[in-house]
Amino acid sequence: MSTTYLIKNAGVLGGDPQDLLLRDGIIADAGIVGPTPGTVVIDAGGLIALPGLVDLHTHLREPGREDAETVDTGTRAAALGGFTAVHAMANTDPVADTAGVVEQVWRLGREAGHCDVFPVGAVTVGLAGERLAELGAMADSAARVRVFSDDGKCVSDANLMRRALEYVKAFDGVIAQHAQEPRLTEGAQMNEGELSGILGLTGWPAVAEEAIIARDILLAAHTKSRLHVCHVSTAGSVDLIRTAKAKGHPVTAEVTPHHLILTEDLVRSYDPIYKVNPPLRTAADVRALREALADGTIDAVATDHAPHPQEDKDCEWAAAAMGMLGLETALSVVQQTMVDSGLMTWADVADRMSARPAAIGQVDDRHGRPIAIGEPANLVLVDPKAKRTVDRTGLASLSQNTPYQGMELPGAVVATFLRGTATVLDGKLA
Amino acid sequence: MRRHLLSTADLSHDDAVLILDTAEEIARLAARPIKKLPTLRGRTVVNLFFEDSTRTRTSFEVAAKRLSADVINFSAKGSSVSKGESLKDTALTLEAMGADAVVVRHSASGAAYRLANAGWSSSHVVNAGDGTHEHPTQALLDAFTMRRHLGGFDGRRITVVGDVLHSRVARSNVHLLATLGARVTLVAPPTLLPVGVESWPCDVSYDLDAAVPGSDAIMMLRVQRERMNGGFFPTQREYSRRYGLDGQRMAKLPDKAIVMHPGPMVRGMEISAEVADSDRSVIVEQVANGVSVRMAVLYLLLSGSESAIGHDEGQGHGSQQNQQNQNTEPKGAAA
Repeated sequence: MSTTYLIKNAGVLGGDPQDLLLRDGIIADAGIVGPTPGTVVIDAGGLIALPGLVDLHTHLREPGREDAETVDTGTRAAALGGFTAVHAMANTDPVADTAGVVEQVWRLGREAGHCDVFPVGAVTVGLAGERLAELGAMADSAARVRVFSDDGKCVSDANLMRRALEYVKAFDGVIAQHAQEPRLTEGAQMNEGELSGILGLTGWPAVAEEAIIARDILLAAHTKSRLHVCHVSTAGSVDLIRTAKAKGHPVTAEVTPHHLILTEDLVRSYDPIYKVNPPLRTAADVRALREALADGTIDAVATDHAPHPQEDKDCEWAAAAMGMLGLETALSVVQQTMVDSGLMTWADVADRMSARPAAIGQVDDRHGRPIAIGEPANLVLVDPKAKRTVDRTGLASLSQNTPYQGMELPGAVVATFLRGTATVLDGKLA
Repeated sequence: MRRHLLSTADLSHDDAVLILDTAEEIARLAARPIKKLPTLRGRTVVNLFFEDSTRTRTSFEVAAKRLSADVINFSAKGSSVSKGESLKDTALTLEAMGADAVVVRHSASGAAYRLANAGWSSSHVVNAGDGTHEHPTQALLDAFTMRRHLGGFDGRRITVVGDVLHSRVARSNVHLLATLGARVTLVAPPTLLPVGVESWPCDVSYDLDAAVPGSDAIMMLRVQRERMNGGFFPTQREYSRRYGLDGQRMAKLPDKAIVMHPGPMVRGMEISAEVADSDRSVIVEQVANGVSVRMAVLYLLLSGSESAIGHDEGQGHGSQQNQQNQNTEPKGAAA
């Protein structure tokens, strides 16, 4: 018999305080609820209740790079960040391109129990971009894969992308594209612009992202299949997606927390902690991304949590790995850039970090639900008044490659509940 | 006090002139029968070269030895050291050996900056060329050579021709010559100019013939073999015709104009043998001046605790800026 929790005076989606009774995995009662014997009461005065966050883009590194992260440590980080579901990217070793690998990741997630793990399947065998992986087998597996992505690599072959989009219609899947034209980004190290020229680092031009997005939008419209654009990073990409949506094309998009707050100026330090793909862009891009997230052009915040061991970052820029941690800081970054700035409400945060990503990932029967009686008790309690200084040594992730080291960020996850069971209480793993 | 020479962009006008004046004094001493100075006796200078460069390494070695420093040549190229943590581990090793200055050449842009600022080493760092970023002592020896021939920099027109995109020499020269008051024109096919070059403190042209008659000095950059097949221009012959300096073009230079090249040259490609060996060519002189300039740099960095070159650490491409950036919103964005 699981614990029954009575959450008192939580501001649901930032609204007026109410009580929530979590029993048998669901929200059993709401409004003004009196305590009953055996119930654990949590005083949530001043806290905000959101539906458990859903990440569409997480690198858990297992199998293959258990020195950087495991399903267990990565989902601990997720729970501490307020997530109740993560989509585990396919670029593991071996690649998640068969039913066997996705089921392994799915099972590891169940055993860890910190949050639901939904494996993403590779679009092409070995992420090689040559032939389709067994997408149907992964869809039919116990892992029930619906999101397919070669993330880290772009499905650059137009015909292969077309076939992938067509093929996943059979099981209502979605192709999540890492939009990066490979020839335009050979050896690319940072955003292409004035700064890359001065620093002598090979540029990663915005057009390399936008050219693929433009092509894929046309393919999605042509095939009438669902396209999801991973980690949108440029103002031009935002314009393309906005136009596509206005025309009713089946396109969704995500933005990472780091692209909402950090700019390419950080690369002046040549510190590879800021090396990420797509690269940090300009302040104008950051503004456009924030506006697009606020107006719904960009559907979701997705972390692109990318753990790397220290030796892959403590080196010269060109030799370093691309990627940064994100799970444990995502909500704070969104609060600072979107809520505290007045661009979004907490209800919008619930939409962009829970409801919409759950819908894109086809897990919205269980996640991203309204906070209402009878719904699954996947919840996060946030203290919006808290401040914390990021300390990379205090993170649950196995890796320490956070770009926010030493930064003060607003907000703290106080508690996370997965189907009524606390995964985090008092800001610590339960 | 600046402890390192990483970029000419970090040098003020006074810093640059001090280095050139010091080099001039040192050059005078070099004319004496006994060339060696006791200045850096007991100090250790490490030449840390991750890329082949006989010329630059030898130049630094001679410079350090003439100042009586102990010199260690550490060539990482060809050893088990390849990439990644090697730079850090090498830095820790040299630190443990008590290196006072590390002269570093590396294929990665920013490698010298990392060595100076990552907390791996407390040595003075001299950038001897980092990727496609900078090569400050090359620019200083170029400026030294120009000053000797042109008398000064005010209003002098310097034309730099060739693969600017991949050239650390061009970057260092543009910053330094602009600081010194010269007017620089970069000439290259559009494919070999970096994005954003229009914001650099120089003019840009695609037309070499238009730039030649107004040049007090013309500097030809090497076109590396891998660029020739990289699709940056159609053929070597077309490049030579449009952007090479041959006898005919040289004849259109003003009377006292000089021809420079940082070496190594590809004769017949960016420069004809006739031009390279002509009276106007100061290419061999550049090499000789390199020793004096590098002696001046090592001397100013290592002798005494005076603020010798430049300003406080963290200026320029410095970390202070980044700290600031971390803690604030992106510039201009709503809070």
